[in-house]
Amino acid sequence: MKWLLQPASMTQVTHLQRLWLYIITIFAIAFLVAPTLIVIPMSFSGSEFLEFPPKHFSLRWYESYFTSPAWMRATLISVNVAILSMLSATIIGTAAAYALWVGRIRFKTALWGLFALPIAIPVILLAVGSLFVFARLSLVNTTLGLTLMHTAIALPFVMIVMTSGFASYDMNQEQAARSLGATRLYAFITVTLPQIRFSIVSAMLFSFFSSFDEVVVAMFISTGSGATLNRKMFNSLRDQVDPTIAAISTCLVTVSILLIVIGQLSRSRAPR
Amino acid sequence: MSTSPTPTQSSSLNREVLRKADRRERLSLEALLLPGIALLACAILLPIGVMLYLSFVGEDGSFSFENYARLWTTPVYGEVFNITFRISLLTTIMVAAIGYPLAFILAHLPERLQNWALLFVLLPFWTPVLVRTYAWLVLLQDHGLINNGLIGLGLIKEPLELSHNVTGAIIGMVQIMLPFLVLPLFSSMKAIDQNLIAAASNLGATPARAFRDVFFPLSLPGFLAGILMVFVLCLGFYVTPAVLGGGRVIMAAMRIDATARLYTNWGAASSLGIVLLVITILLILVATYVGRRAGQGMFR
Repeated sequence: MKWLLQPASMTQVTHLQRLWLYIITIFAIAFLVAPTLIVIPMSFSGSEFLEFPPKHFSLRWYESYFTSPAWMRATLISVNVAILSMLSATIIGTAAAYALWVGRIRFKTALWGLFALPIAIPVILLAVGSLFVFARLSLVNTTLGLTLMHTAIALPFVMIVMTSGFASYDMNQEQAARSLGATRLYAFITVTLPQIRFSIVSAMLFSFFSSFDEVVVAMFISTGSGATLNRKMFNSLRDQVDPTIAAISTCLVTVSILLIVIGQLSRSRAPR
Repeated sequence: MSTSPTPTQSSSLNREVLRKADRRERLSLEALLLPGIALLACAILLPIGVMLYLSFVGEDGSFSFENYARLWTTPVYGEVFNITFRISLLTTIMVAAIGYPLAFILAHLPERLQNWALLFVLLPFWTPVLVRTYAWLVLLQDHGLINNGLIGLGLIKEPLELSHNVTGAIIGMVQIMLPFLVLPLFSSMKAIDQNLIAAASNLGATPARAFRDVFFPLSLPGFLAGILMVFVLCLGFYVTPAVLGGGRVIMAAMRIDATARLYTNWGAASSLGIVLLVITILLILVATYVGRRAGQGMFR
């Protein structure tokens, strides 16, 4: 209890005087993590109804997820689109961020504005607009259509991550390699790339997750047998709440925790 | 090539070569931008352009302002914007009220504890929005954990109606929006020079006064930019209010969806969307301006 009376900052405010702030913080953190963690025990419930805490332990919802061809197909579509979007967004975004960072490009500000657009536009507009356009190009329900939209949506995040990566790297090293006869591409791959690899990893994680998490556009341009996992989950949430979703959610949370761990590891090893 | 060039000629030749190399360099860099520009043209500019066009096409297929006029004259649309603004405002106020103290304490924690606490803010950020919405649906239901807990504690007798209404929508939205304020606010608070607060206190300011007159003004630009961003993101919110509102809360995004897909009135849906877009972009420009002032700081 002595700790409470000790100064908490240079203003000599005591921990006791800040106690109310600590209480708010603990509640806020509980509020933040509760939904993520609650789905885990729920998914092992044996009951048809959503109850917490669960009364019987069972793996039936995992069984119903992994043996359902419809859920498996939706999962596969989501993973497929997320991987394709991750690769294309990381490559296209890195190229664009590189050009904007190193070059005396004309219309630089306007170009940054253009590349930031996907963040600024409410996603519902992209959904309605892309449905209208894609319906005429027979791109509805195609991997290409979804990948196109998800890549564009992920692009600003990739560019932000890569620009801060380039900012923490000394570009003169690449200049040195080029003055010694390397082509720009060769210099980039052998000199720059190894040093910004951690930014590349974060950009890839971001773009994968942004595609995997995207619901609204997928709801419009993927239907029926072409529906993504998110779209299918959204539909079953609206109709009747099926505990299978708890099992799926637990799988997704596990993947998220893995992604955070990978992200933290790559950051803690990144050169400062 | 029998005579060697005079010095002036050679330097102008050199200049020519350098100019060409410079041009080639710039063009090759600009070429790297092309895939990105082409992608955005197809996936962003084309759909938005088409919506802009559709919003100006009247029922008879000619150019007209009737879609926008209808937004103005039909009370339903006014109501939708009214509800959207009110829910977004309430959510933003809650996010600000919880987010500021949270970011403040996070920024003042010892480093080791800070890394752990930040992980707890990042975890929801990396949890799919649908998973969190689903969890809230379960937590907030009539006999969910929260209602049963409150009844168990004897605080209430009848379960509170927490989901399938505005309350549920706001609870879910606040949880999703909180990291969007806390993470940037945290880093702008970390950038505040602690010596300034020490100086204030050295000059006789009470802790409350040092906070009010020194720390808070310094954190204000980042705070304002953050809450504006949260408000903007709320305006376009779809999934969480749709599920937790249980169909009783109609925000702009849901109205646009229903108008386009249910009533297949693309003109009306587009004009609603364009109005939402214009409001959003204006607010983002304000947020960017405020944020840029935050970058300059007050004492530099």
